[in-house]
Amino acid sequence: MTAIDPTAHLTAEQIEELGRELDAIRDEVIADRGEKDAAYIRKVISAQRKLELVSRGVLLFSFFPPAWLIGTAGLSVAKIMDNMEIGHNILHGQWDWMRDPKIHSTTWEWDHVSPSEQWKHSHNELHHTYTNVIGKDNDLGYGIMRVDEDQRWHPFHLGQPLWNFINACFFEYGIAAYDLELGKNLHKRRRKNPEFRARAKAVGRKIRKQVLKDYVIHPLLSGPSFLTTLAATFTANLVRNIWTHSVIMCGHFPEGVQVFERRSIKGETRGQWYLRQMMGSANISGSKAMHFMTGNLSHQIEHHLFPDLPSNRYAEVAVKVRALFEKYELEYVTGPLPKQVFSAWHKVFRLSLPNKKPKVKTPDREQELVAA
Amino acid sequence: MTSTALRSRAWKLLEMVTTPLLPSDYLDLVSPLRAGADLRGRIEAVHPETGDAATIVIRPGRGWRGHTAGQYVRIGVDVDGVRLWRAYSLTSPTNRQDGRVTITVKALPDGKVSNHLVRRAKPGTLIQLDQPTGDFVLPQAKPAKVLYLTAGSGITPVMGMLRDTEFDDVVMVHCAPQPQDVIFRNELHDLVADKKLRLTEVHTATDGMLDIARLDELVPDWAERETWACGPAGLLDAAEEHWTEHGVQERLHTERFRPSIVVAGDGGEVTFSATGKTVDADGATPLLDVGEEAGVLMPSGCRMGICFGCITPLKAGAVRDLRTGEITEAEPGVLIQTCVSAAAGPCDIER
Repeated sequence: MTAIDPTAHLTAEQIEELGRELDAIRDEVIADRGEKDAAYIRKVISAQRKLELVSRGVLLFSFFPPAWLIGTAGLSVAKIMDNMEIGHNILHGQWDWMRDPKIHSTTWEWDHVSPSEQWKHSHNELHHTYTNVIGKDNDLGYGIMRVDEDQRWHPFHLGQPLWNFINACFFEYGIAAYDLELGKNLHKRRRKNPEFRARAKAVGRKIRKQVLKDYVIHPLLSGPSFLTTLAATFTANLVRNIWTHSVIMCGHFPEGVQVFERRSIKGETRGQWYLRQMMGSANISGSKAMHFMTGNLSHQIEHHLFPDLPSNRYAEVAVKVRALFEKYELEYVTGPLPKQVFSAWHKVFRLSLPNKKPKVKTPDREQELVAA
Repeated sequence: MTSTALRSRAWKLLEMVTTPLLPSDYLDLVSPLRAGADLRGRIEAVHPETGDAATIVIRPGRGWRGHTAGQYVRIGVDVDGVRLWRAYSLTSPTNRQDGRVTITVKALPDGKVSNHLVRRAKPGTLIQLDQPTGDFVLPQAKPAKVLYLTAGSGITPVMGMLRDTEFDDVVMVHCAPQPQDVIFRNELHDLVADKKLRLTEVHTATDGMLDIARLDELVPDWAERETWACGPAGLLDAAEEHWTEHGVQERLHTERFRPSIVVAGDGGEVTFSATGKTVDADGATPLLDVGEEAGVLMPSGCRMGICFGCITPLKAGAVRDLRTGEITEAEPGVLIQTCVSAAAGPCDIER
């Protein structure tokens, strides 16, 4: 929907051929998926549990500053692992093929205030199906930000750098509110909807459990280290929130990422769907450790093409996907984390102001807005 | 407060410490076989029996309730990363001192689990276990005369019986293609040498299949014997007919191994067992659409196989993944994505 369509040079046949080539990449991984992959996720889960256990143990002595530092760092990493490489990916069904009921999208619950069931609906179903379609994919600014020129400016957007910062600090609460569609549901009438109330209750239960664990029980267990442990768990949650927010912002917000009109996805073919995922996502480049800590969402483009492939396979898939980008002369948006974070924040600041030049709207676009 | 109530309080508190995980998720890291854990076992040794059969020695978890000779156990084994469940007869006696149990597995052609266990299973591997079960067992009161009629791997539950309980007068007729295919052959011949067993081996590769009428000649007093028979369906059908004809059917006990043979076709009759609806489906229409057209309330999501919002248990039959062509057969606990799966023969969807 940007002024120049970066896919305009592709014919319909080419787009379908691209789709077939991507299907072939997917089939290759599925045919090869097996014991090594299963061993990988089991190892990661076990490492996460051990790290969390040890870190919480160290925090029992957090009145001693080095213990506070080590424990807080360890707990932050453990929470990031739980959220990203483990939780996000298991809830995508990436490991359902193992038929292990303990590592399955239908049974997994994560250390997050949004219950996995609700998150799966808003994330897997809405965001991944309607990626970057204005009005359909609320991940595009989470309903509180304007991230594309074509979104209408409102004075409320002046504050969006601040909203974005607050959202980053309390990101898991932001996600929970977003999964609940809180903005839409807070109207008097919708608030009473029994289905909404049940979901709100489930969120309340999860918040209560997490708050009790992190801010009451573990500090109490620490005895004389009550306050320092409290500060440590608060810090770990803060670190996890800011980190995940940054990684996730890099997935769709950096400059160069395309957004789409609602009209454009009508009767979309498989090839077109793939193309939208390619143009609507951005990667983060970096080391193996970097990819691991982002839950392999640094391979956001590959993740959006194949959300159900095991995350440990995205790195090898990325080489082939990138070759297709080159073959079809498309821009593969990627860069190191600081650059991508800066780019995304830059956009947040830039679009907090109205567009410099009013865009010429086509009659079609007008109708679209009226219809919406 | 009673100690049970106290313990349940303590457990609740522990759950608050570990939420959203459970205390057992952490305990499993150090002690997967402990009392109170999901029942598991550890493979401690694999002993080859014949060219294509092996005995697997398993140390069951503390929750194991023990078995009766002749029973089988369902085990869940990870093959190429996928957990598959199969049932195998227990071949160890019930009074084994070291607490281990054994199953004896014959590798079937194309048998994923059996080939894995016989050829690739490594000591130290954890497997999932169910409690032993099955009615093919010896009675409390000792019968005077016993006949074991077995073929192929049908010998396995009977071996559990032979090792467990001694009778005064035991005859066994066992069929296998060739002498080297007879599982437990050395042990059986030792029993014969000790005069604890009279054995007739029928080598079907040279003698042909056992004609049940030959029993009169092999075991003249067969009709007076309490008989346990286990083997392929053909043998058991013939035996049941034979015993019934002679009016002694109450003396015959049979065990049928039912390998679920699913022939994957193209489309078939789909049963939605929770709603009680049955409809015909072709091999190209997603089961989600089939269900919705039939008026079944189906969970749905992206409708393109990416969100896993439509997954539903497959109770019986087979389905084909419309994207990859991959066939998934029903097994307990198998879930399918109805939006990208079509019927590959008759199947049963729990909706």
